[in-house]
Amino acid sequence: MDTILDALMLSNPNVRYVVFGSVLLGCAAAVVGAFTVLRKRSLVGDAVAHSVLPGVCGAFLVTQTKHPLALLIGAFISGWLSLVVIDFITRKTRVKEDSAIGIVLSVFFGAGILMLTAIQQTGSAAQSGLDKFLFGKAASMLLDDVMIFGGVAALLIAIVALFFKEFFLLSFDRDFARVIGLRVPLLDLLLSTMTVLAVVVGIQAVGVVLMAALLITPAAAARYWTERLGIMVVLAGLFGMMAGVTGAYISTAAPSMPTGPWIVVVTSVVFLLSVLFAPRRGVVAQAVRYKRNRTQITDENILKALYQMGESASEFTTVHSTEEIHGHRRMQLLTLQQGLARLRRQGYVEHHHRGWCLTSEGIERGKRVARLHRLWEVYLSRHLHLAPDHVHDSAESIEHILTPELEEQLASELNYPEVDPHNSPIPYRKKAKQKPETGTRNA
Amino acid sequence: MDAFWIILTGSLVAISCGTLGCYLVLRKMAMVGDAISHAVLPGIVLAFLFSGSRDPFTMLLGAGAVGLLSTFLIETIHRRGQLQEDASIGVVFTFLFAVGVILISMYAGQVDLDQDCVLYGEIAYVPLDLLYTKSGASLGPRTVWILGGVLLAVIALVSFAYKELAATTFDSQFAAAIGISTTLWHYALMGAVSLTTVASFESVGAVLVVAFLVIPPATAFLLTDKLPVMLGLSAVVGILSAAGGYALAVAIDGSIAGAMAVVGGAEFALALLFSPRYGIPARIKRKTHEELPSVS
Repeated sequence: MDTILDALMLSNPNVRYVVFGSVLLGCAAAVVGAFTVLRKRSLVGDAVAHSVLPGVCGAFLVTQTKHPLALLIGAFISGWLSLVVIDFITRKTRVKEDSAIGIVLSVFFGAGILMLTAIQQTGSAAQSGLDKFLFGKAASMLLDDVMIFGGVAALLIAIVALFFKEFFLLSFDRDFARVIGLRVPLLDLLLSTMTVLAVVVGIQAVGVVLMAALLITPAAAARYWTERLGIMVVLAGLFGMMAGVTGAYISTAAPSMPTGPWIVVVTSVVFLLSVLFAPRRGVVAQAVRYKRNRTQITDENILKALYQMGESASEFTTVHSTEEIHGHRRMQLLTLQQGLARLRRQGYVEHHHRGWCLTSEGIERGKRVARLHRLWEVYLSRHLHLAPDHVHDSAESIEHILTPELEEQLASELNYPEVDPHNSPIPYRKKAKQKPETGTRNA
Repeated sequence: MDAFWIILTGSLVAISCGTLGCYLVLRKMAMVGDAISHAVLPGIVLAFLFSGSRDPFTMLLGAGAVGLLSTFLIETIHRRGQLQEDASIGVVFTFLFAVGVILISMYAGQVDLDQDCVLYGEIAYVPLDLLYTKSGASLGPRTVWILGGVLLAVIALVSFAYKELAATTFDSQFAAAIGISTTLWHYALMGAVSLTTVASFESVGAVLVVAFLVIPPATAFLLTDKLPVMLGLSAVVGILSAAGGYALAVAIDGSIAGAMAVVGGAEFALALLFSPRYGIPARIKRKTHEELPSVS
């Protein structure tokens, strides 16, 4: 318990470094990852993560030390090389990008493993700990590591802040970026370089295999909460920081626990919550919206049916039995019964012992649906020259969507027609019935 | 004798993975194979915990189920959650792999697996785990029998459903039009990939599975336009990298799985350079030929 408390209070300077470093790593990877994801290069990040291993081993073989700067440079070079090779294979051969990524990932990683095991066989004492790169371990970072990796991470965040507008354009509209004079190839190069750097530092926290999660998952989660790039990048950064903090605490509090996987699980939970509960794009919000639309469509169809039955009898307050309504408008009987009950609660219909009749609100709403339906039919046949028997289906869906403003625009555009293509009268509201003397809009 | 068993194991994995990999590569789904090969880990661990042994059937079942679950999750998050597919793949496989690693360290006492083994396997130990008849005669390594069974199953699938797999791979709309279910064959293929991955995982690790799923098929893809030829070539390329990889690993005393992947990469590079039709020099030559100014 003491260790957790220590970690939370940041009283131990070593823990303070580790927490600080992990937060920067998580944040930088997520911020850069936001652009990686938006440019649909998530899995390239995965390949880069696997590909740094031979570079790390190579740097060790050359320098015979584990100095973080040397390893960083080695990792950077081989990570960069992997990007070049993927790009080369994709462009110059018939092999597609997904296969190119798979090839580069497994060959580079295989080479890394081969070198690592060969180095381990030499028995050199200095090599122990090189395999930290495989699985990462935030807590074993020393002050030197934190300074260098944290420094790189801070640099990455600063570059994103500085070039935010350029990266924004690059991610969404490359042609426009080129037209206004941005050096697109140079910016591409910068972003790729930043991805490699983010991977190289992020691996310290989670290791090779799970590095992709640090890049992708926070950004993917952030995407659910907003449509604005700025907010998305900041959110991704925050999620990444959360992951970093969690990782650091788990590392210090439970050293036997694997840090990287826990970081990934925590981020994945954040992602899952975002997928489910984000306000607009979340699955639950979508389901609610879908349900609400279905309900609205059912209700309006029932009211329209009652209105049309009233229309043919020229008497809108007649009582109709459920079977009669069902005969007029085919739908699931249960849906109809539930819909009628709901409409009654809302005051659109009244229940009498032999059936249902519209209230005055119900008449108005049913009339409006019928009006929209018929106006749309007129519009389609006049402006799109569709045959009268081809306009019904489209009108059947649009009648639930048109807003009052669109309705007004449509009616004045068509100059308030009297009947639809099937010669059914178009019922206007009382005051709209007189054509306005002035003010028909110019088409 | 050890060398023989190790190369045989590698070759069996290479042929099974390469055969299925041909379809993955042609369907542009190579990275789904990568994802499955990592995602089956929690299934393997759970099967270990429940059965308390390395009983191959429980393992195949558990991990096969998780493999299918991962493809289902990828599809669902992509479709229902409207997340682009590459990100969906990345999120799902890292999550499942992370859960697997955590399970391993939580039950370290009960599960005979460790993190290194997960990544690059223990093919060197294959010859140590032998099967014996009742009278005590050795039947060869257990792994070889399991992988041999998997290979037979893969060959059976590909030959019985050759038409269906080819149709859904090359022209899914045509396949749907003549009444072949694309969803069914998608999941059948993914199920086969999961099973093969699981069976290969223990001996060669996740990375070599990916290597064998992608490299031999991609190499064969550079050499031919015909599916049957591609399937055959991919098997040959796979066997060569198994044998060559073993030799390389022995020479520099390193990981056998890593070396097999490296040799596979070298074969791909050779195909890239010397393929008569799709190699890069051939392409450049053809291009300059085409770009000669037409003389009027």
